[in-house]
Amino acid sequence: MNPEFQLLDTIERYISGEMTPDERVNFEQLRKTNPDVDQMVVEHTLLIHQLDSLDKNKKLKRVLNNVHIDLAQKGLIQSPKLSGKAKVVYLFNRYKRTTAIAASIAGITALAFSALVWSVSPSKPVKEIKELSREINVLKNHNRQQDKEINNVKNKMVAPPVAYKTGGTGFLIDTKGYLVTNAHIIEGANNIVVQKTNGQDMHARVVFMDEERDLAILKIDDEDFKMPASIPYSIKRSSADIAESVYTLGFPRNDVVYGEGYLAAKTGYNGDTLTCQIAIAANPGNSGGPVLNRNGEVIGVLSAKQTSAEGVVFATQSKYIYHALDALQKDSTYLNIKIPAASTLKGLDRMQQVKKIADYVYMVKGS
Amino acid sequence: MKPETQETLLLEGLAKSDSKAIETIYKENYNLVQSLIVNNSGTTDDAKDIFQEAIVVLYEKVKSGGFELNCQLKTYIYSVSRRLWLKKLAQQQSRFPLSDHHEDLSIVVEDDIEEHEQRDMEFKTMDQAIQQIGEPCKSLLEAFYMQKKTMQEIAYNFGYTNADNAKTQKYKCLTRLKKLFFTQYKNDSL
Repeated sequence: MNPEFQLLDTIERYISGEMTPDERVNFEQLRKTNPDVDQMVVEHTLLIHQLDSLDKNKKLKRVLNNVHIDLAQKGLIQSPKLSGKAKVVYLFNRYKRTTAIAASIAGITALAFSALVWSVSPSKPVKEIKELSREINVLKNHNRQQDKEINNVKNKMVAPPVAYKTGGTGFLIDTKGYLVTNAHIIEGANNIVVQKTNGQDMHARVVFMDEERDLAILKIDDEDFKMPASIPYSIKRSSADIAESVYTLGFPRNDVVYGEGYLAAKTGYNGDTLTCQIAIAANPGNSGGPVLNRNGEVIGVLSAKQTSAEGVVFATQSKYIYHALDALQKDSTYLNIKIPAASTLKGLDRMQQVKKIADYVYMVKGS
Repeated sequence: MKPETQETLLLEGLAKSDSKAIETIYKENYNLVQSLIVNNSGTTDDAKDIFQEAIVVLYEKVKSGGFELNCQLKTYIYSVSRRLWLKKLAQQQSRFPLSDHHEDLSIVVEDDIEEHEQRDMEFKTMDQAIQQIGEPCKSLLEAFYMQKKTMQEIAYNFGYTNADNAKTQKYKCLTRLKKLFFTQYKNDSL
């Protein structure tokens, strides 16, 4: 540090009382004999005091404003409440700086991160695992869709129909409309709808997502959703046994499709302990479907298949549904979710079971 | 609790910008000030501004130490607000006689308001000076002198290799701020 700054530093320590008594006496002596130093001390004290008071003044004004709005909202003072648009404008003005800063930081981080990922990732990744989400062909209908939209704008009538890009399967775990599916199906989706066989679209929102285990919990938020009395199947806590016969229901096309097979291994791809391996015929769209055993207990959630071999399919083990729920229920609003404890399907033949289950399996679409 | 001690507690709270104390002061005094201003060609927004400024005056008074309330808190706030509003009306050159039904509430507060105006001007000068020094000086000084971060934290956050480098930068910035502030400050006082 240059001598001038050194002096400033000394003055600052003097003002803040960090000096030892000896040092202090010496410094005060210097102040008395050297008017320049004395002048600097005075100026510095004033400056620091000004900075501090300015900050306190600003803080006080913020508190005053918050108190005013708070009391006006509660009706404790007679000031008109901010409502509707005024409130939005107020909140916008209040947070626009924070938001702008946050947004630009997020933007920069995202750019930097993607540049980093781009630079370190191999140019052509070999993908052996294929996620089973179904690409619904949008391009084919593109022109027709555009014409339709132009017509819509012309007539200023209904909102344009949403084109769904991904599709999969999900199944209810609670009668209030909570549904389990794969995270990859709804990843990046702004708009999620679920649909029963020949039923209508119902809106759903994501309440939980665990990309590592590829699990997501959705909640159907639609007035058309009718709560069923109970759910026939249960979710198994322990892992299933090898060679156990299993079946699944899913929506590889617009109708529910049944598939059957057996548990091939207790672990998944490359020994992954989160999943298990199943030998079953599955297609894109089966993703997120329940894998059930002969007692009507869900033992897994179908998630991926190995592209290099036919009939090798992986499912997330059902115990992770409980883990997901535990994580979700840290937020007390979800404490009322209850996973069905016992299967009522035990002893029924397969046809009867499927008939009962089909009503609780939904097609999940995201856009 | 005796009313005086309660008011002393409120003032102590105000000195710390404690929102509970401010809320109490607000609840007990705002409506009166608002009716004064709304009945004298002001809007509710004016009322809010004037009332908050009056609270700032009170805050500065308490902070400067040795403030003894020789009247009720209500009377003080009312008088300051009234005075501030009269000044504002005078600036707008509308000379309506101020109708107020609490004539007896008014006490002399001119000195306090003058001090407040002086301080307010200084704040404006400082604020301008801080805006003028630009980044990263502005953030650096704010972090140290306002948010009271340590030099280590600042060095880390601003990407200086060590606390000493950050310190040098801080004093560079402070010297610039000082120059800007005192030039303006002396001009203002002339």
